[in-house]
Amino acid sequence: MNPPALVLEHVSRHFGGLKAVDDVSLTIQPCARHALIGPNGAGKTTLFNVISGELPATGGQISLFGEDVTRLAPHQRAARGIARTFQITKLFPNMTVIENMLLACEALDRRKLVMFRAVSSYADLNQRAAALVEQFGLSGRTHEVARNLSYGEQRKLEVALSLAGRPRLLLLDEPMAGLSAGESTSMHAMLEQLDPAIAVLLIEHDMDIAFAFAERVTVLHQGRMLTEGHKDEVSANLGVQQIYLGMGAAE
Amino acid sequence: MAEPDAALGGPRPPSNTESMSPRGWRLAIVLVLGLVFSAGPLLFSSYWVGLLTQMVILAILAMSLDILLGYTGLPSLGHAAFFGVAAYAVGVLATVHGAGFWTCVAGGLLVGTLLSAVLGLIVSHVRDVYFLMITLALGMVLWGLSFRWIPVTGGDNGISDIPTLAAHSGLPFAGPLALYYVTLLVFIACAGVMALIVKSPFGLTLRGIRENEGRMKSLGFNTWLHCYLSYVIAGAFASVAGVAWAYYNGFVSPTYLDLTASSELFLMVTLGGPATLVGPVLGATAIVLLKNVMSAYTARWLLVLGIVYIVTILVAPKGVWNLGPSGRSR
Ligand SMILES: Nc1ncnc2c1ncn2[C@@H]1O[C@H](COP(=O)(O)OP(=O)(O)OP(=O)(O)O)[C@@H](O)[C@H]1O
Ligand SMILES: [Mg+2]
Repeated sequence: MNPPALVLEHVSRHFGGLKAVDDVSLTIQPCARHALIGPNGAGKTTLFNVISGELPATGGQISLFGEDVTRLAPHQRAARGIARTFQITKLFPNMTVIENMLLACEALDRRKLVMFRAVSSYADLNQRAAALVEQFGLSGRTHEVARNLSYGEQRKLEVALSLAGRPRLLLLDEPMAGLSAGESTSMHAMLEQLDPAIAVLLIEHDMDIAFAFAERVTVLHQGRMLTEGHKDEVSANLGVQQIYLGMGAAE
Repeated sequence: MAEPDAALGGPRPPSNTESMSPRGWRLAIVLVLGLVFSAGPLLFSSYWVGLLTQMVILAILAMSLDILLGYTGLPSLGHAAFFGVAAYAVGVLATVHGAGFWTCVAGGLLVGTLLSAVLGLIVSHVRDVYFLMITLALGMVLWGLSFRWIPVTGGDNGISDIPTLAAHSGLPFAGPLALYYVTLLVFIACAGVMALIVKSPFGLTLRGIRENEGRMKSLGFNTWLHCYLSYVIAGAFASVAGVAWAYYNGFVSPTYLDLTASSELFLMVTLGGPATLVGPVLGATAIVLLKNVMSAYTARWLLVLGIVYIVTILVAPKGVWNLGPSGRSR
């Protein structure tokens, strides 16, 4: 059998006395659709930072596809199949949409170190970048600099960049946050169309979306895992928790 | 690389409406520069040919800093060190060891580039103001060395009597005009290679690091390596300029690698337009011109530099090349 996409064993991240992530153990199988929910400040983004390597864990062990990556830098984890989006959009603001995409496409390609040949001369890279731009409905904005995009377009580009490296594990940090109802629906549709072979871990505040998208759900509260299980089990005992956690209503 | 997120503020209105489009403005700049640098020396006196030679050499140097400062976003205040060290290497090899022309050229390039390859190991770990400070400190150390290591560098006196290009290389054409056109060829070659580098997949990564290094890392780039290579490339082209300068000037002294020299360079890039390559050429031209005009009136060159810097920031924050309605300048 294939190794799990991600295994967290007793992972912690403390900021001084604050236990932002506290003893979290979690397994994500390949092809999984998994949601991570919890109130503001629960530690969801911090957990993503620890998984992707932006922040070192202060305790515990992290494995990607059977390999211990606890001490690896973000770019080394990316090379092992992990990709992520950011809650606060992180683009290349003064570069055009297609340049943003080209960068993402060459990130895991050895040609990123080629110096004496124009990037425009690589037909395959350019075609792949253009296809992703098209797939996310940004073809009309190909040569616009990223900072001139609307917020909704920036969020689309944010997700598109994360897919360029053909990841096997995708971490999405509130991709729908701040979008209008229409934009949110179309983003949701895009997420549903993701390659089923990619394991996806989604942070989402909207319970309807989280439970519609995911098979399994993890609830995080004050850095600790409250529940983890199939979405039916979790939603069954979520009523009590909602009052306790003060989260938005499901259904 | 300061807070890229803050720049993502949705659509912006066009910032200003000047009469001249950036395209017309840029065409004018390129035409004037092209005309002056190709035909100018044939029309001007030999004093001006000398100035044009300085401009061309310093343009190579300023472009090399632009790779680092403009494209990668790494502000170096010690870049003149590579230029100076390469010039010293030529001076020592030619005068003390009596080395031949190609040995001197290769030696200058090698010493300057190797130095950047060693210092790059240190500086590539830090960013922003820390990068500024550490490059400043290393630049000062090298300046101090050129000043104090008297047996090799001649200290304050420097090294004089470096043979002329014609005498040393056996080139059949002597005189300032020949030197100028050889230098111009070197400039064209360097500019062509640098223009290719910034358009390459690697060049794209440098701009990515400037724009958002955190995102670069999470996409899978080892940004340390890219910053290091950028630093070494900049050092290598600065060495080319240093070798050319040694032959142009026939003399090397510690002032070539002092803080004033590095600050002038920084200003050339900022004034002309960072991350454009043409901008630094424009900046080098303007600063050399200004320095020679002003030297007739005042000895306070640093003060003049400071004023020019302030005016640039206020009037043309993106450089003279980017004056006019803000467009897709990069
Ligand atoms: N770099 C940091 N230094 C100190 N404290 C931090 C840091 N990053 C996060 N925290 C703290 O850790 C806790 C968890 O924050 P985190 O951003 O992970 O929450 P979250 O679940 O993503 O919340 P939200 O739903 O608002 O995005 C918060 O109390 C936060 O203030
Ligand atoms: Mg968060």
